[in-house]
Amino acid sequence: MKAIISFYQSSIGKKWIVALTGLVLVGFVTGHMIGNLQIFLGPEALNKYAAFLQGLGELLWVIRGVMLACLGIHIITTVLLWIQNNAATPQKYAVNNPQAATIAAKTMIVSGLIVASFVVFHLLHFTTLSLHPEWKLWEDPEGRHDVFSLVIVGFRDPYTTGFYLLGLFLLCLHLSHGIQSFIQTLGVRTRKIAEPISFASPYIAGLIFLGYASIPMASILHLINPLPH
Amino acid sequence: MSHQLNLTLKVWRQKNAGTPGKFVEYPAQNIPTDCSFLEMLDIVNESLVQQNIEPIAFDHDCREGICGMCSLVINGVAHGPERATTTCQLHMRHFKDGDTIYIEPWRVGAFPLIKDLIVDRNALERIQQAGGFISARAGGAPDANSVPIPKQNADAAMDAAACIGCGACAAACPNSSAMLFVAAKVSHLALLPQGQPERTRRALKMVKTMDSEGFGNCTNYYECEAVCPAEIKSSFISMLNREYVFAAARDSVSMI
Repeated sequence: MKAIISFYQSSIGKKWIVALTGLVLVGFVTGHMIGNLQIFLGPEALNKYAAFLQGLGELLWVIRGVMLACLGIHIITTVLLWIQNNAATPQKYAVNNPQAATIAAKTMIVSGLIVASFVVFHLLHFTTLSLHPEWKLWEDPEGRHDVFSLVIVGFRDPYTTGFYLLGLFLLCLHLSHGIQSFIQTLGVRTRKIAEPISFASPYIAGLIFLGYASIPMASILHLINPLPH
Repeated sequence: MSHQLNLTLKVWRQKNAGTPGKFVEYPAQNIPTDCSFLEMLDIVNESLVQQNIEPIAFDHDCREGICGMCSLVINGVAHGPERATTTCQLHMRHFKDGDTIYIEPWRVGAFPLIKDLIVDRNALERIQQAGGFISARAGGAPDANSVPIPKQNADAAMDAAACIGCGACAAACPNSSAMLFVAAKVSHLALLPQGQPERTRRALKMVKTMDSEGFGNCTNYYECEAVCPAEIKSSFISMLNREYVFAAARDSVSMI
């Protein structure tokens, strides 16, 4: 226990915790995207997938618990690091002329905290359905919860889609720095792979953006349509 | 061909850490393009002395780019606009006639200001004393090649050993993190057989001292790598991250 506390107290220890939780969250974001893209396979595929997830029972709550814990630890630890970093730089330069830092790197704390608030909205919107309780009753012809239709109807609201795309953009900006950053912090960014990783990181984030954004865009452009309710 | 420049300097003047500082404007006239940045400051100081103004205090020693004493953030860049160059090796030919140049000290909480452009960089020495050494038996020089070292390790260790300890990494870091310095020192010895006996202690103690000196945490901006006059690569920071975790793990299971 003492070893864990002293590890967490150290600068590098905290960075490892941020990187590991970040890695888990990137894994979730990728898996969630691949799962959601089944919407393009039609109501059958997506509703079956949703029913499968709901059918996991306790295991689903374990997964949710781990994800929320990772998110919480990731946020708390980065805020601690941010406070320490501010304390380490009591006087700022009059002239700033950054040579390497990207916009994504400089806005990690802002993009991260806005994404966190987006996650709260997103859970109320599509997980607890608190904003539209009537969606809970929607069923498809097989008697499964009609997630397919509620996603499309949910995205037909331009304000929701606007906020969704903004949250998504900030998430992907966050990831464009975050992906190469956890590789560096976990100690595997060697000289040979440093350049390709820094190059690829924003493109991977861009792919995640396109993958997710395709769903609200297809909904709002009526490329996919809900079942009648 | 040398010609001369007339410049305007905005120099940070501060009597000591307890007194607030401010920018003071000085003209720098008839500066030959062949002279170095520090020689330009020497010329300005000579004219200040003649006018009975206290000269600008700045750190310097070897003036050939290897001692790590010179510093200065020039127009927002540690060691000025040229890559892989110390301030003393920065020549005035890289500036244009009529330029205004802002000159600031390293602004790092762990480097308290002494005067004007001079800061106290002893925090780096204390990190080095915490573990940046090997315990070797003194005596006659050992025979050459008596300890075989793979060529790639020797090369990588040499790249890390190029660190001159100037502190530009911490100065350029928006978090005032000294990770590139510590990474260079830890990696240099971790890559060599002579560094193995203290390998675990070294990583743990140097990082602990780095934290307790009040340096910030690395968030992978890579500003350090961009300004490092010795071209230390940020991949050494990745190696330090790895070294530290292995050291912490070895340390926690060392009670055999």
